[in-house]
Amino acid sequence: MIKNIFIVLIALHFSVGAISQDYFPTNSGVKTKDKTYKAFTNATIYVSPTQVIEKGTLLIRDDKVISVGANVSLPSNTQVYDLEEAFIYPSFIEIYSDFGIQKPKPYSARGRSAQYEASREGYYWNDHILSDYNSINDYRYNSKKAESLRAIGFGVVNAHRPEGIHRGTSVLIALNDNTTDNKRILSDKGAQHLSFSKSKISGQSYPTSIMGAMALIRQFYHDSKWYKNGGSNSKDLAIESYLKIEKLPIIFDASTDKLNPMRAAKIAKEFNKPYIIVGTGNEYQYLHSFKKNKPTLILPLNFPKAYDVSDPLFAKKITINQMRHWDQAPSNPAILAKASVPFALTTHKLDKKNNFLKNIRKSIKRGLTEEQALKSLTITPAKQLGKSKTLGSLDKGKQANFLITSGPIFDEKTKIYENWVQGKPHVLNDRNVLDINGYYSLSLNNTKYSLKIENSNKKIKVSVKEDSLKLNTKVKYKDNWLQITFSKSDSVATYLSQLSARVDNSDLIKGTGVDFEGKNINWYINKDSVLVDTKKEKKLEITKPLTTITFPNNGYGFKKLPTSKTYLFKNATVWTNESDGILKNTDVLVKDGKIAQIGASITSSDAEIIDATGKHLTSGIIDEHSHIAASSINEAGQNSSAEVTIEDAIDPEHIGIYRNLAGGVTTIQILHGSANPIGGQSAIIKLKWGQSASDLIYPNADKFIKFALGENVKQSNWQSFSRFPQTRMGVEQVFVDYFQRAKEYDILKKKVEALKKKQKKLSSKEKEIIKSFRYDLEMESLVDILQGKRFISCHSYVQSEINMLMKVADRFGFTVNTFTHILEGYKVADKMKQHGVAGSTFSDWWAYKYEVNDAIPYNGAIMHKVGVLTAFNSDDAEMSRRLNQEAAKAVKYGGVSEEEAWKFVTLNPAKMLHIDNKVGSVKVGKMADLVLWNGHPMSIYSKAQKTMIEGTIYYDEEKDNQMRSSIAEEKQLLIKRMLEIKEKGHKTQSVKNTAKRDMHCETID
Amino acid sequence: MKKIIFITLIFSALFITAQQTPAGVQQKSILITDVTAHIGDGTVLEAAAIGFNNGKIDYVGVRTEVDETKYEEVISADNKHVYPGFIALNTSLGLAEIDAVRPTRDYDEIGDFLPHVRSIIAYNSESKVVESMRPNGILMAQICPRGGIIAGSSTVVQLDAWNWEDAIIKVDEGIHLNWPSPYRRGRWWLGEDPSIKSDKNYISKVNNIEMFFETSKVYNKKENVKNLPNEAMSGLFDGSKTLYLIADDEKAIVDGITRMKSIGVKKIVLVSGHESYLQIDFLKKNNIPILIDTPHRLPSNEDQDIKNTFKTAKKLIDADLLVSIDITGRMERMNTRNLPFFAGSFSAYGVPKEEAVKMITYNAAKILGIENSVGTLTVGKDATLFISLGDALDMRTNQISKAYIQGRDISLESHQTELWRRYEKKYNIDIK
Repeated sequence: MIKNIFIVLIALHFSVGAISQDYFPTNSGVKTKDKTYKAFTNATIYVSPTQVIEKGTLLIRDDKVISVGANVSLPSNTQVYDLEEAFIYPSFIEIYSDFGIQKPKPYSARGRSAQYEASREGYYWNDHILSDYNSINDYRYNSKKAESLRAIGFGVVNAHRPEGIHRGTSVLIALNDNTTDNKRILSDKGAQHLSFSKSKISGQSYPTSIMGAMALIRQFYHDSKWYKNGGSNSKDLAIESYLKIEKLPIIFDASTDKLNPMRAAKIAKEFNKPYIIVGTGNEYQYLHSFKKNKPTLILPLNFPKAYDVSDPLFAKKITINQMRHWDQAPSNPAILAKASVPFALTTHKLDKKNNFLKNIRKSIKRGLTEEQALKSLTITPAKQLGKSKTLGSLDKGKQANFLITSGPIFDEKTKIYENWVQGKPHVLNDRNVLDINGYYSLSLNNTKYSLKIENSNKKIKVSVKEDSLKLNTKVKYKDNWLQITFSKSDSVATYLSQLSARVDNSDLIKGTGVDFEGKNINWYINKDSVLVDTKKEKKLEITKPLTTITFPNNGYGFKKLPTSKTYLFKNATVWTNESDGILKNTDVLVKDGKIAQIGASITSSDAEIIDATGKHLTSGIIDEHSHIAASSINEAGQNSSAEVTIEDAIDPEHIGIYRNLAGGVTTIQILHGSANPIGGQSAIIKLKWGQSASDLIYPNADKFIKFALGENVKQSNWQSFSRFPQTRMGVEQVFVDYFQRAKEYDILKKKVEALKKKQKKLSSKEKEIIKSFRYDLEMESLVDILQGKRFISCHSYVQSEINMLMKVADRFGFTVNTFTHILEGYKVADKMKQHGVAGSTFSDWWAYKYEVNDAIPYNGAIMHKVGVLTAFNSDDAEMSRRLNQEAAKAVKYGGVSEEEAWKFVTLNPAKMLHIDNKVGSVKVGKMADLVLWNGHPMSIYSKAQKTMIEGTIYYDEEKDNQMRSSIAEEKQLLIKRMLEIKEKGHKTQSVKNTAKRDMHCETID
Repeated sequence: MKKIIFITLIFSALFITAQQTPAGVQQKSILITDVTAHIGDGTVLEAAAIGFNNGKIDYVGVRTEVDETKYEEVISADNKHVYPGFIALNTSLGLAEIDAVRPTRDYDEIGDFLPHVRSIIAYNSESKVVESMRPNGILMAQICPRGGIIAGSSTVVQLDAWNWEDAIIKVDEGIHLNWPSPYRRGRWWLGEDPSIKSDKNYISKVNNIEMFFETSKVYNKKENVKNLPNEAMSGLFDGSKTLYLIADDEKAIVDGITRMKSIGVKKIVLVSGHESYLQIDFLKKNNIPILIDTPHRLPSNEDQDIKNTFKTAKKLIDADLLVSIDITGRMERMNTRNLPFFAGSFSAYGVPKEEAVKMITYNAAKILGIENSVGTLTVGKDATLFISLGDALDMRTNQISKAYIQGRDISLESHQTELWRRYEKKYNIDIK
């Protein structure tokens, strides 16, 4: 070992000011250039996570690795550091950070009206696209933060300003204190960054929702392509900047909602963009999606603290889902690694960065291998950043960024001695300082003293005792110099003794000093015994989660996804919704997810028999108007949002799905809200509880879109006076304007397509036309309507506006598919019939706003009797569970027959959604979407006992009972464990209930 | 005769906006025969007859034993069902016409402690919403103010009256106290974390309430300088008024009842009571009646029994507590007409059918302290009753052909039925 390494370090320290670029003039002395080599020998060297060299040598010069191996020949001008037992690792890369980037001033709202236009000129139409921004502009090296990152092993950081949906570029910085930014900046454009969150810098309201953010990203990609091809005749600096950075790695922050990583992956797939997705720490619950889409991830290690459940009244507010996440989160990296999903680890989202290594150790206890852990900190982030050639391992030619540690890096007892960045050392723990912990005895002025020295490596503590009397003591231990001052008093005065020694041998420490009488002395202490670790009982570590992951991961989730089986319902009263009417004592055979046979005395050898004696079997309820199971409902940022789709916002974990199943609902249309005249595209989903968002979507269904009329779209019931339209007159003009533009768009589009197919050489004017065509998601959606490929479900109340939309549709040559709410439908039922539009209404709602003053519960009956296809819908997460009884109100109000009333919630909405060829009745060949009721399906006293979709039972009353008792048991188990954890001194967090809000038409995020 | 009805219909169609005219006092004695009589006390009488004269019931019994000749009009109900008029508790019926239109809203006065504020004077007896109650069997209601800590005083009315004064059954009978929640949800619209946390101010809020009650208790009515709020509170301490304590959380329920009792409030009714089923022994010990919130609401968290809200009534009734239904909530005024179906839903989850009827008849009357005059089909009580095609707790059969309030043959038409008939006529749909 080189004894004077310390001096070397000091020398290096002095030379900081002198390190500068070759071509920079020097005025502080002569130019000095260090061309010597440094060799680190006898270490266990992790060249990469998979290549380990025992007793190896690492040779570096300047900032580069020259060579590494078991036998490395050293040039004569080599300084050799004998590392004896130490370990060398490539230092880590923090890929997701805002290191050194100044925070911008947030926008402050002026006045009450929303800001619809962009505030910047010369840039993109949306302020939240900040692709022209470069984090380098606001970057300033922060040596304090650098130090804290180095302390946990990082050598390089990719830093960006987390503002906006497109956030521009990041900077890649080496955490090298001993140089200037000229050297530290590895790249001023490290990566592009994106997110789903708006910038705080601008108040522009669009997008207000996750689906708006997704549509904006898509449109931006289309616009960039169009701009690149010369389509635009005006300047857009944001797009121009983007085109220059298009090829950079793309890091997507999806850490704001646990479903967002899947949403980012969806866009990545659509546009073939290799997104690197920043997760939330919940990814272990969605393994299926990640296996399918194969994105590469960046994972936070934000493992939640246990909840403080000591107040049982409050503890009951916490959900299984929250408690399980505490239990399961530390397994996140291990589970993903096992599934071969590549990921880097980040300190992002960690409250205390110091917990980083601790949490990696937790992950390792849960099954992450050390190799995988190391890979996720080195090779993977280097690869993600496109820097594999220079970073991530200690191969020849790469940056000399490495850690010298006392042992295996992930061992709890291991200390990082030094973190070398770009060939420059940063000392964390002086590895030459001797450990002097122990019990010593000292003889001074003929008195015996006993010394106990603890924690000599960090904050040393020494207690000096004379017999059992503790003396006042002060101590310092630095650079192997020990200095002790202690005093004792009697009635006359206080006496002081000061001792100091350079420690060469921890068993016998010899030095000089002054005794209590003021005389200079030589002294020594002998180590009597080693220090026994008397720390409290070890903290409780859980190596295996107590709970299992379910689908979805909450109390009512499935341990294993249910599958379709062959079932035979025996002896049921079957509501066919077909010409057969209601069949008594009838059997129904379900096979391969379909209704295979209906009749008397059916037999089947392989079917599971369900005795339906005294029970009623119906097709599943279909809710034409629902807002459950979505993360957002309204994109309220503009008066048209035809480009957004609820399919982007589906929340497959929403408990509303399960609750609706229990009410016999099997299919729903999740409609956009009513914040604007032209809303967003709908999602028609089947309530396949436990499946992923994409698997819930009704396959190959027609496309629908929500429109809205009346008080909500003119913003009558809240203080907003600036957005067009403010009257029903204006609403018409919004439609006419958009449809007219869509028509013109379509003409141009067709012209362009024809020109592209043209064999002849194109004239320059024709070329211009092709170039000028801009693909517009909003117009595409509206063109679909004009061409009968997308269908409108329109929120409507009073007769004037209902009539108006039908006339607008007539003018543009399409048919409105459905009026939803349609509370004055009865006033224009004849006109509706003539137009061919259906009406999906409430059974009895009224009086909640002015436009429903003439709403009557007889509305459904009148429309039905006039010949309008009529349904009852919910628009409500609670009422949707009782649609069977709402149907009965058509019997009460207006005297519709029971059989016809039942169709209001089954076959008729199926027809409205154009899915009646598959569902909506009990007919051989249709999907087995069936509900078994314990009585008359429209009776207030009846309950759904089994709800089946495509031959798979998703709700079963008996299983529900069992699940409730297992929820109770699991809660007990977790509460018990959390209480234990608190006992053992672990930190806890207070109970929070983060229940999702229930959404309606008017819910705006 | 048929012609006359037809002409009347056309006539009413012409004056579509007019409210229903209240019926005049009972002129002749009436006997309804061939009915299933749901007495309201938990029993049913098959093949029964109900007679009433001068607004009071004078016969309830089997059809075969009644002397028909005593009655001027005998109506054969053709095996339909007769129920005592349903009583809607804790509703703000008539205090707002259209929820979203501020000028029509009169249920929430500003201020924290408003026991002196009286709902009855704002009660719109001609409300279109009120008249839509009767076709569903709801003939009486407790009209309650909303908001603040003490929202004000409530009054019980019957739903067929020229004005609020005529409507009164029992005036200023209760004071409504919104007990603070021990927990609060972050105001997400202000950027706060939307999760539920302990409310640090809970105890100080509770202390404020106690202080107000204590002051009211020692308030001397003979004092020359009057204090209107304190004065209005006095009935709580002598038992002439009831305290309606609105609380959901276990802790709030126990705190509220314990503290109010120790201050000396004589009659306490728990209102809403989402977690009341967790404190059954406590409620029994203190003999507290409950207006349980409607079953038509969602469980309070995602782990809770998905049918929890349907099951609470059974648990309370099984413990022999006095239970009726609280109607508060979204669109509560128009939704009040669904009261029978709230009771029916409780019945679907374990409450026996006639017990469910009792919840909204006898129990409601008992809680209001008017059980001697209404709430059951009993001789001597008001002839406030209706005839339904079948089970009135089930939508399919809740079809009401006749209703009487204090013997008066009331109109079952409404703004809504008039529009219905007008448009059925427009489309030549058979008029019922």
